[in-house]
Amino acid sequence: MNVLIIGCGRVGSSVALQMQQEGWDVTVVDENEDALSRLGDHWPGSFIVGHGMDVDLLREAGIEEADAAVVATDGDNTNIVIGQVAQKRFGIDCVVVRVLDPARADFYAARGMRTFCPTKTAIDGLTEAVRACEIPVRASA
Amino acid sequence: MYVVVAGGGKVGANVARSLLRLGAEVTLIEQRRDRFERLEDEFEHQVQRGDATEIFVLERAGLARPPDIVLALTGDDEDNLVICQLAKEHYGVPKVIARVNDPRNQAHFDLLGISPTICATSSIMALVEHEVPEHELIHLLELRKENLEIVEVQIDRDSPSAGKRVEGLELPEGARLISVMREGRAEIAVGSTTLEAGDQVLAILEPGKEDELRRVLLRH
Repeated sequence: MNVLIIGCGRVGSSVALQMQQEGWDVTVVDENEDALSRLGDHWPGSFIVGHGMDVDLLREAGIEEADAAVVATDGDNTNIVIGQVAQKRFGIDCVVVRVLDPARADFYAARGMRTFCPTKTAIDGLTEAVRACEIPVRASA
Repeated sequence: MYVVVAGGGKVGANVARSLLRLGAEVTLIEQRRDRFERLEDEFEHQVQRGDATEIFVLERAGLARPPDIVLALTGDDEDNLVICQLAKEHYGVPKVIARVNDPRNQAHFDLLGISPTICATSSIMALVEHEVPEHELIHLLELRKENLEIVEVQIDRDSPSAGKRVEGLELPEGARLISVMREGRAEIAVGSTTLEAGDQVLAILEPGKEDELRRVLLRH
């Protein structure tokens, strides 16, 4: 199975390493060639330098044979556009897109995009963590 | 007419200024603080600071009314695309116009149904081609939705089509002649029209058929 990962920051690189260990054929795309170092010293997958908005580069990265795509650059709108290109132009069903802004994540999720919003996860997690402290109610004076 | 303009750079600010002069109601949105402060001196309450791809910024600019038209004129194509999608699909804005900064991104705007678009690079190239035709074949109009284009060809004395009737030409599949301009007068091209040297011919064709058309009309 082939997965294309666009954006090799903290998130993209960790997803790449994990999926590679799970047996996927992984291709990573990032604008910055230094990002390759995030994949360790012996990255066995492919790594291509360039911008994910560039259709020729996506083709070079094998998007036409990809079974899944993870879009996780540091720009919400860039991710949203690349995600739609992967889905609508190249017909990939499994496209997962990181969107930090909860409002935009909801809007595009309602239109059939698999958005993942770390901000929402943080909000829920932090709120739940405070609840879990089970602080006793203070006796009123 | 109510217009929301996203992006207060040279393009956006000048468009907003022109619209105000026409008597339109305008809200200009600019994200950068330095630019916003300069614009505020001139536009006062008609400029708002914020990221025009954030829903709460758009709400504040009155997108829910909705405006008659939204102009996405920032220097970032991804932002312009998202602004147009939010305006059309979330707020039901009837018309949007998007600026394309990098002509290579045009295909993304087409894919996502954002139109019309305006791209300075493409406009300049079209003008250059019109002024200094490189391929004897001038692109006049691109009909993107129809996937057709209209081109102009000048027939000269050596052209294989000179002296031939339109019905006798072996035009490529997906190409038709529209009209023939001769001595300042245009006529619709029909089967019995005979082409002559000096004719300016308009043709409609599918993109990619240019070489075949050129061969039939111009080359031996």
